[in-house]
Amino acid sequence: MAQRKGMEVSIAIAEAASACDVDCIAAYPITPQTHVVEHLAEIVAEGELDAEFIPVESEHAALSACIGCAAAGARTFTATSSQGLALMHEVLFIASALRMPMVMVVANRALSGPINIWNDHSDVMTERDVGWLQVFAENGQEAVDLVILAHKISEDHRVLLPIMVHFDGFIVSHMIEPLSLPDRDEVKKFLPNFVPAMRLDIDNPISMGPVGMPTVYTEAKMVAEAAVRGSYGPIVETFKGFGDMFGRHYRPVETYRSEDAEIMMVTMGSISETAMTWVDAQRERGEKVGLVRFRLWRPLPIEDFKNAVRGAKALTVIDRHFSPGGPGGPVSAEIKQVLYGTADAPQIVEFVAGLGGRDINMEDFDQMYGKTKAVLAGAPVPPFELIQVRGGHHGEI
Amino acid sequence: MSRQSPTPKWRELAIGMAITEPGSSRYNRTGDWRSNRPVWKFEACVRCGMCSIFCPEGCIGMQKDGLPLANMEYCKGCGICEAECWTGCIAMEEEKE
Repeated sequence: MAQRKGMEVSIAIAEAASACDVDCIAAYPITPQTHVVEHLAEIVAEGELDAEFIPVESEHAALSACIGCAAAGARTFTATSSQGLALMHEVLFIASALRMPMVMVVANRALSGPINIWNDHSDVMTERDVGWLQVFAENGQEAVDLVILAHKISEDHRVLLPIMVHFDGFIVSHMIEPLSLPDRDEVKKFLPNFVPAMRLDIDNPISMGPVGMPTVYTEAKMVAEAAVRGSYGPIVETFKGFGDMFGRHYRPVETYRSEDAEIMMVTMGSISETAMTWVDAQRERGEKVGLVRFRLWRPLPIEDFKNAVRGAKALTVIDRHFSPGGPGGPVSAEIKQVLYGTADAPQIVEFVAGLGGRDINMEDFDQMYGKTKAVLAGAPVPPFELIQVRGGHHGEI
Repeated sequence: MSRQSPTPKWRELAIGMAITEPGSSRYNRTGDWRSNRPVWKFEACVRCGMCSIFCPEGCIGMQKDGLPLANMEYCKGCGICEAECWTGCIAMEEEKE
């Protein structure tokens, strides 16, 4: 087992991709993902990794090049953030529809405007429907592990889908964290050479990406549904294999002190770590609170989530993005959809917090928890609330 | 998307809908949304081949006897043959199933 050492998370992610022995990297630098690609470029330039580093003119080109690489049978890696992910938007659908295995790390950052380079989840949540697998890391160790896991999952012939590994920009990406970085030999045992299911080959010509007429488009989308949903089994299996080998265990839905919890916080990404500290403090005071969060965002682990929140009286859902004029944040909207009509479904109190890099601290959790308790005590369920906003959210707009 | 079935079930689609059989576009009939079709009056045809040359689909061939023959599986009904035929022997008629 590799020794733990202090390292900037972005550098560690680049080293993890290198340990995975990737063949092709096509990426365009964007804050706060820059150190990932810079360091990978360095690793390739120094000859430590035998890979093709394709410097491209945009993220649109980066992902297009990645599709070409994967189609040629190369283990492919890229990284982006925010506007870069948005610029990839139309190509994202194509990568998944063509069933191209590849790994993309996304340093989650707010979308403009106003222009903002700091963390929230507006970039990831607006790319929810692109047919990629999506997992969330809460710290650097998880980001490193998930990069390795992601390659294995993505290349599994039962899966064959691209995968995004999300980690919070700056809060995680620029953190210097003690972490265990598996070396190349260890990774190789877990992650054998990439065997493409089909690839561009002069001797066996095929055409990739033909038109799908109205007679076949619905069937193609059903394939996407079956592929993404069907990846659940192989994902859980791969998580288990990784845990057995490296001793770090991952689950589609992660819980913390949730066994007898009456109120559960629902978080995504790095604020889960703050939430754990807050839960500990509340538990010491005798409050029955717990924490639940999605490790796996696509496919959405619906049954795991239902099981995780069974018995809870209320959920305090904290979104890091919302749709102006819509019903609330995307995570709470999906939770409501999943729980609607189930017997004894918990009450759901929705908040949006930590937009564009604003910190979410203990007092914010106290405030959200207090409002959730008030609902359980009989107060009407409020519509979703943008907390921390000066001037207040509810009332006359 | 190959010759087997133009309307496959979703489980029958190749991975990524890739086409693994070269030249399979021959089986993809592209003329089925045509709303007009060219009809020849061969008694006026002088076998000049202008319709064949101008057909943007390349679907009009010249037969051994010199008369043109359109492959209606690919004809889109654009009417360029009618416009270019200087003897006026082609008339576009509405498709009625």
